[in-house]
Amino acid sequence: MAFPGFLANALLAGSCIALASGLIGWFVVVRSQVFAGDALSHVAFTGALAAAAAGLDLRAGLFALTIVVALVLGALGERARADDVTIGVVFVWTLGLGVFFLDLFNAGSGAGNGTIAARTLFGSIFGLTAGEAELAALIAAGIVVALLAIGRPLLFASIDSPAAAAVRVPVRALGFAFLVLLGIDAAEATQAVGALLLLGLVAAPAGAAIRLTANPYRGMALAMLIALLSMWIGLALSYWIGGLPPGSAVIGVAVAFYALTIAL
Amino acid sequence: MNPHLSFNLPSDVHQLLAYQFMVNALQAASAVAVMAAVVGWFMVLRRESFAGHTLSMMSFPGAAAAALAGVPLAAGYFAFCGAGAVIIAGAAQGAGAARGAQRSAVIGVVGAGSLALGYLLLSLYGGVLESLESLLFGSILGVSGGEVEMLELVAVAVLAFLAIAGRPLFFASVDGPLASASRVPVRALSVAFLLVLGLAVAATAQLTGVLLVFALLVAPAGIARELTPRIGLSLALSVLIGLLIAWLGLGLSYFTNYSPGFFATTAAIVLFALARGARSLPRDRLRRTALSPQASR
Repeated sequence: MAFPGFLANALLAGSCIALASGLIGWFVVVRSQVFAGDALSHVAFTGALAAAAAGLDLRAGLFALTIVVALVLGALGERARADDVTIGVVFVWTLGLGVFFLDLFNAGSGAGNGTIAARTLFGSIFGLTAGEAELAALIAAGIVVALLAIGRPLLFASIDSPAAAAVRVPVRALGFAFLVLLGIDAAEATQAVGALLLLGLVAAPAGAAIRLTANPYRGMALAMLIALLSMWIGLALSYWIGGLPPGSAVIGVAVAFYALTIAL
Repeated sequence: MNPHLSFNLPSDVHQLLAYQFMVNALQAASAVAVMAAVVGWFMVLRRESFAGHTLSMMSFPGAAAAALAGVPLAAGYFAFCGAGAVIIAGAAQGAGAARGAQRSAVIGVVGAGSLALGYLLLSLYGGVLESLESLLFGSILGVSGGEVEMLELVAVAVLAFLAIAGRPLFFASVDGPLASASRVPVRALSVAFLLVLGLAVAATAQLTGVLLVFALLVAPAGIARELTPRIGLSLALSVLIGLLIAWLGLGLSYFTNYSPGFFATTAAIVLFALARGARSLPRDRLRRTALSPQASR
């Protein structure tokens, strides 16, 4: 059976990104930071387009901007708990800024190159080269290892932060580290499923896992498993069915898993 | 004729109205801005911003499905947003089954899911690349003559509903238990409002694009709320600010060739920051006088 190279690349990068997103997603949902994830995904869009407009590698803009914004979110922390009006206005401006960079890029490249918007917003995992896929896998593996390393204290801090602070767990530092990891994951996942859809890969498997089990370790494992299955099934569907974009397929399967757990 | 901005206001306005597409856009934007400002004012009051956000995401698959089926895009916007409003209303009636953390997960999942569906439908349609950008972020060329009338009709219908139901709706929003005790139909009103919100979002999304609906829906109300606690005044301010944001977005876009969405959202955030700054100043002074010994006597 022929196994095209681009599919192998997509499977390698996609599997690792799914595992990282599933694991980090579990903490995101438990810590009620879904909207931080949403914010970082909007920023990922603007960062990638800013880099494109400046003629840099997309990933430079993605990682730089998501990590900076993750640090800012961490610094604001509990002190500035934003209300939904502020969130709405800031998010919409981030996207508006992204459109501005898109215009700049289109004006600069002469011919109106519409694909960059589609790629950034909805991902292009079948377009990854072998080198990019390996890098994506390495970064995703790094996220998983880092999360496992701080897993126990982070879990403690997430579930009962006053008690954790009382026994000298560095709650604040852990919050910072977690948001930075989330930023890195958002930048990475943008390449696979796109800035608009990555929240689905972070929130849906984790939401499903939390509905199925209250046990933290089983929940984490389950979230990773569901994310991985969504990625594989989605990629396979998109490969077999022409015209089905991989980002849509992966998120569609993840949402279906989530809907299934609600129906159960 | 190549438009360029000068300090001569009449000449600027003359240039702005030189082309029919721009007249259409300005007309539609004015109608939509007024409607979105009023509906948004109630939405912010009722803390249903995230329902509005979810509804705006729904309009993307709606538009794409309409393109695929070959019916007018507007039909898709209204059908999907209306269905979305019914579903959200149903879910809300089904009691708060979801706890806090789960509820935000649901919103994230629904949003990402409907965008994924929209992108799928658009890819099936084939006309992806050109229309994608204007569907998501709006376009200055988006409105034709017939659509202007349709948008104006929707705006009038929505405003008429709010004119009739505004007082009880306000009562129900501010103090639900008291309102239901005095026989205001609180639940019927909340369902009706969600439907009207869906209608308003669908109309706004056709102009601003799916992702930038909040520039006209949330920002004007949020800014007005910062400036005054008085009901009538803040509604009027909200309408004025909505018009200002819409006109600035379209006008600057016309003269510079950059997207209207960028200018509209930038105008929104600048005004919001100014309003917030303006509010915090006098309050600091008040607090200081309140703490001083003379004032406490």
